[in-house]
Amino acid sequence: MSILIDENTRLVTAGITGSEGTFHTLRNRDYGTKVVAGVTPGKGGQNVDGIPVFNTFEESVTQQGANTAMIFVPPPFAADSILEAEAAGIELIIAITEGIPAHDELRAYSVIKKNGRSRLIGPNCPGILSPGKANVGIIPAQFFKPGNVGVVSRSGTLTYQIGNVLAQSGFGNSTIVGIGGDPVPGTDFVDVVAMFQDDPETELIVLSGEIGGDAEEKAAEYIAAHVTKPVVAYIAGFSAPPGKTMGHAGAIVSGSSGGAEAKAAALEAKGVKVGKTPTEVAELAIELLGAAA
Amino acid sequence: MDLLEYQGKQLFARHGVPVPSGKPARTVEEAVAAAEEIGYPVAVKAQVQIGGRGKLGGIKIATNAAEARAHAEAILGMDIRGLTVYELWIEGASDIAAEYYASVVFDRSAKAPLVMLSTKGGMDIEAVAEEDPDAIAHLHVDPLVGFQDFHGRELAFKAGVDADVVRPIGAILKQLYHVFVAEEATLVEVNPLIITPERGVRALDAKVTLDNNSFFRHKENAELRDLSAEDPQERMAKERGLTYVKLDGNIGILGNGAGLVMSTLDVVKLAGGEAANFLDAGGGSKAEAITSAVEVILANPRVTAVLFNIFGGITRCDEVARGLIAAFAQIKPTVPFVVRLDGTNDVEGRKLLAEADLPNVYTEATMDGAAAKVVELAGPARA
Repeated sequence: MSILIDENTRLVTAGITGSEGTFHTLRNRDYGTKVVAGVTPGKGGQNVDGIPVFNTFEESVTQQGANTAMIFVPPPFAADSILEAEAAGIELIIAITEGIPAHDELRAYSVIKKNGRSRLIGPNCPGILSPGKANVGIIPAQFFKPGNVGVVSRSGTLTYQIGNVLAQSGFGNSTIVGIGGDPVPGTDFVDVVAMFQDDPETELIVLSGEIGGDAEEKAAEYIAAHVTKPVVAYIAGFSAPPGKTMGHAGAIVSGSSGGAEAKAAALEAKGVKVGKTPTEVAELAIELLGAAA
Repeated sequence: MDLLEYQGKQLFARHGVPVPSGKPARTVEEAVAAAEEIGYPVAVKAQVQIGGRGKLGGIKIATNAAEARAHAEAILGMDIRGLTVYELWIEGASDIAAEYYASVVFDRSAKAPLVMLSTKGGMDIEAVAEEDPDAIAHLHVDPLVGFQDFHGRELAFKAGVDADVVRPIGAILKQLYHVFVAEEATLVEVNPLIITPERGVRALDAKVTLDNNSFFRHKENAELRDLSAEDPQERMAKERGLTYVKLDGNIGILGNGAGLVMSTLDVVKLAGGEAANFLDAGGGSKAEAITSAVEVILANPRVTAVLFNIFGGITRCDEVARGLIAAFAQIKPTVPFVVRLDGTNDVEGRKLLAEADLPNVYTEATMDGAAAKVVELAGPARA
């Protein structure tokens, strides 16, 4: 098994006719993801390498049975696109776009939560990869193979870094979920960790966090109360000065909150092993997996 | 982006939040003219984003032109905790009967705006929150509903404000919420919010953080600047569309992806070094972007060595290598470079670097090894 995406995923890409949208959608299809449609308002009736393009999400659902949306729309229009996908009843919406205004994200998040029929992953995330089954987003699939490690991360490249060390030691992944680096992620660590706990294929969970917000602290509480599988964690940003946004819009230490030490301490207090470097996290995971075997 | 007090107050005034009348000034003459126009007494206030600037000599009251001149001369150009004062805000001095606290915060944890009100204003609110948490009234607002009048009353009653100001306080909270939404702020804070002897309510300070991602639809906000906090390399990076943050150390850092770059800074620190900057070259970086980034990193005179930490996903390592080779041809750096290329097209990238045989460039296979090497080459940070 895997979580969120698999062989039953039927993907529609918003912004498929843009260069990034085209490039990554075709990469996802090459990997084996079922790409059933694209949406670009005003370009309905066209196709991108055989993938039919519609004017609206609704048509992609009624005509092609799309159940997963990937948002590649530029920031000024991205929240609107997320809300359109939600209104069309799409269950899983994966927003890759970076730079969406925080108040737009808040509105989209609030609508999705209120209606309770869709799940949003991201924005500002690399997407999701279930190795051997489906890839939705920009994760370079060549570094990963099927296996028993579930990974959830606020950062893309850091995920590849950790995953690559694991792969070199022969370990694969059930699913890799990038929840994104923005202040209002649609899905948090807690949500994904809960899914991995319920996924029979996942035997170990790697959580890769960073400065800003309190999602890691909440995950620590949740893990202590509900998770029986081993969890190892990494936190980036120990040396980040307060008040500075470190690349990701959500990566900022504000006053006394959001610092890396407090996050690592919260996780360790609940029995989660925290590695000092990405390499050390992978090594901790390998050690635990080895012991389990 | 964090606004200066006067920029926040001008924003408040545009939305009808009562603030003392005032004018910004960049020269002594402008300051005196502003004081004359406003009428004495006036407060001469240094425009820097440092808490407690009053205690550090950054705020003075002037009762006549000579005093206004003397204070402006003293404060302009002053160094307050490392920030130089380039701008003053001259405003009519206020009589104060009570000091309250009000704020609207983008609460990431609850994923909703949080409005706070306290009668314990004029002091550090984090300290109040710790010592006397009940002194702060909290209310989360459903962003789909917005701030209603009853929210204002509820907060005012909970905070225990004087009965005669419940309505005006409620009204000002509603206005502050409006500023928060209309200007797409992530923080709107007033400390102190004062009650005058005439029982009027006014924002005596303004702390506003705007969301840079919203600037495409707020052109006037995008043009706001804080000269005291501007850094030449950050400016240069911004003009080139690079994500760069200046830091205190001497090791220049370039990586791809915010998380990996943050992690690189940490690994360098663990190896005993100090990073000079955060620079995320982004996904899919082309050679020109790399060359441009190297120029920004080396524009910081403190840099004694540079670390490239690339894990190629969408980014191709051969492109990064080409960018570095081009940068060497153009700028001829004199400091050593340590390069770690892993991921997409890493073999081609390393081969290109080997063939180019750049002076003073070292390749390392791992992130940890690269950090150790660059710390060794950089030497201790210069004071």
